[in-house]
Amino acid sequence: MSTTYNPADPYAGSRETTEGRVYTVTGGDWDLTFADPHGEERLVVNMGPQHPSTHGVLRLILDLEGETVTKARVTIGYLHTGIEKNTEYRNWTQGTTFVTRMDYLAPLYNEAGYCMAVEKLLGVEIPQRAATIRVLVMEINRIASHLVGLATGGMELGALTAMTNGFREREMCLDLLEEITGLRMNHAYIRPGGLAQDLPEGAVESIREFLKIMPKRIADYHRMLTGQPIWQRRLKDVGYLDVTGCLALGVTGPILRAAGLPWDMRKTEPYLGYETYDFEVPTADTADAWGRYLVRMAEIGESLKLIEQALDRLEPGPVMVEDRKIAWPAQLSLGADGMGNSLDHVRHIMGQSMEALIHHFKLVTEGFRVPAGQVYVPIESPRGELGYHVVSDGSTRPWRVHVRDPSFVNLQATAAMSEGGMIADVIAAVASIDPVMGGVDR
Amino acid sequence: MSNDGGEVVPSREEAGYDAATAPSGGFRKGSFGVTGSGDTSGFGGLVRVEPGGAVALHSTDRPFGGYFDEVTDALIEAVGQATYDAAVQRVLVDRGEITYFVAREHLLVLVQALRDDDALRFELCSSVSGVDYLDSGGPAATPDRPRLHVVYHLTSMTYRRRIRLEVAVTAEDAHVPSVVGIYPTADWHERETWDMFGIVFDGHPALTRILMPDDWDGHPQRKDYPLGGVPVEYHDATIPPPDTRRSYR
Repeated sequence: MSTTYNPADPYAGSRETTEGRVYTVTGGDWDLTFADPHGEERLVVNMGPQHPSTHGVLRLILDLEGETVTKARVTIGYLHTGIEKNTEYRNWTQGTTFVTRMDYLAPLYNEAGYCMAVEKLLGVEIPQRAATIRVLVMEINRIASHLVGLATGGMELGALTAMTNGFREREMCLDLLEEITGLRMNHAYIRPGGLAQDLPEGAVESIREFLKIMPKRIADYHRMLTGQPIWQRRLKDVGYLDVTGCLALGVTGPILRAAGLPWDMRKTEPYLGYETYDFEVPTADTADAWGRYLVRMAEIGESLKLIEQALDRLEPGPVMVEDRKIAWPAQLSLGADGMGNSLDHVRHIMGQSMEALIHHFKLVTEGFRVPAGQVYVPIESPRGELGYHVVSDGSTRPWRVHVRDPSFVNLQATAAMSEGGMIADVIAAVASIDPVMGGVDR
Repeated sequence: MSNDGGEVVPSREEAGYDAATAPSGGFRKGSFGVTGSGDTSGFGGLVRVEPGGAVALHSTDRPFGGYFDEVTDALIEAVGQATYDAAVQRVLVDRGEITYFVAREHLLVLVQALRDDDALRFELCSSVSGVDYLDSGGPAATPDRPRLHVVYHLTSMTYRRRIRLEVAVTAEDAHVPSVVGIYPTADWHERETWDMFGIVFDGHPALTRILMPDDWDGHPQRKDYPLGGVPVEYHDATIPPPDTRRSYR
């Protein structure tokens, strides 16, 4: 190529021809373009937001020297959907359908946290059966969430079988949740005052079947991953963060427990009767990605125990508060074309009771009023402390709903976990945080 | 005084509202959230005084009950009665939660003591967020009742206690000292609160937008920031965007 280096345009030299000026894009002149005046090997790599290993639309900006990460900066906001603002323009019951879309791998936790905050503001207590079913569906959800964390984390580290197996078992959880709530995700099943509907027929049997299969599958995971040298080497001593670091950075959930602190709000600040269940809080003392893997695996086992106990103590009863000024009137039932309004209920309000129709109309169009005040309700989601700070000004809509999402807070630990390590370990560290960007950005 | 329907609406005082004694300062006009919609139902003229709550202006008297008294006593011991009196404007116990309304000049002294004192040990800053109380029926945007509130939720894992601190500032002087030096976890929380409410946290290491794009104008979660959306025409009728739609309040 006869093109000469043109200092005015290092990327594309040009020459005059009879057809006009011809540019030749060359590349390969990096030595000339990027003379390294400081003698450093510093390289800035942008990773994400569209990257298969960043666990969603997370953007990492990494300063590298060779393969060593000297600085990790995290940029979020690519999935910001303004859910908190939106809830201010919908009534209290509609809020459930918004918040369930935040941390989309743990939708029932969002619903439960939000509804418990609204119930605390209202000063109502939900029926025992509703509380038990909430525990039941939340623990199924915890298993599903941990399995996705394991599956996508495994995929990001190259363990594709962990991914396919994890999603296989997660599918079983989603089938259960679909059978119970009507939807695989974003259920809007937990409502202020109780639940949208009772467990359908056959659900208990399906869950018992699941409880039989799952322990074998957990054993399979241990056979496939726990003893496997590659899996161990990818996780051990990676993404180290001790208890002091966790508390300084506000990190909770499996990361904190893997550092050795048995802080689980189901035990420390019990809600929904968790204090009456028999279960352990698994911990590890390694404070690394390996410990987090072990803690999550153990928590799946504990969740199975909780599900079994919840099934055993299910007593017939209402699943929504008695107060018809709060209880959502739309009764749902499963029809030929899926979940929809109960025909019996429609017949009742349209043909039999004018008062029922009035109540239905007032609650659906206007909603109920919540006495002015503010509450903060924290619950233990699969990722840590999920806190709902809900403010009411006494109207039919929330004045403010702020969500303390555990992924949002935990993600701040990325730099502490990955600086000074290898670039490949950044992936393992972020995967061990298990952030869900829907919750981070809200 | 008249509203959109041309009806005569009583003033706050005529409706029995007294700022000095009202439990919340809660005051609401009309049944619907939007004015100018040609409401002919008559409900637009309703005036309601709301009961107290989060925005209540009164202070709860001692004893607070539960562990709240212990925390308050330990806090007084840690910072001294004089500082406590200057820092804590009032204390509100509501629904089993305690809120200390703190003057921003003294926030850092208080927070440092809350984290470090052996009898307090609030190791974890669970959450920092903002609330805009613009004509909420609560503290309106007057100098003595600032509209922007920063809310801190602190957790003591040692004693299993939770408290809430609240700092109120006006929109014109929306400055609060940053607690990042004490609680590093507040970094992103404060950035989000700046992003959404335009509250400046003095001393924050890098107070930049976090959820909205860097070049965004305004602070979306302020109450006077429009929700957005366009009117939709459907079957010859126009449906206004959600925040300007007539709706129940």
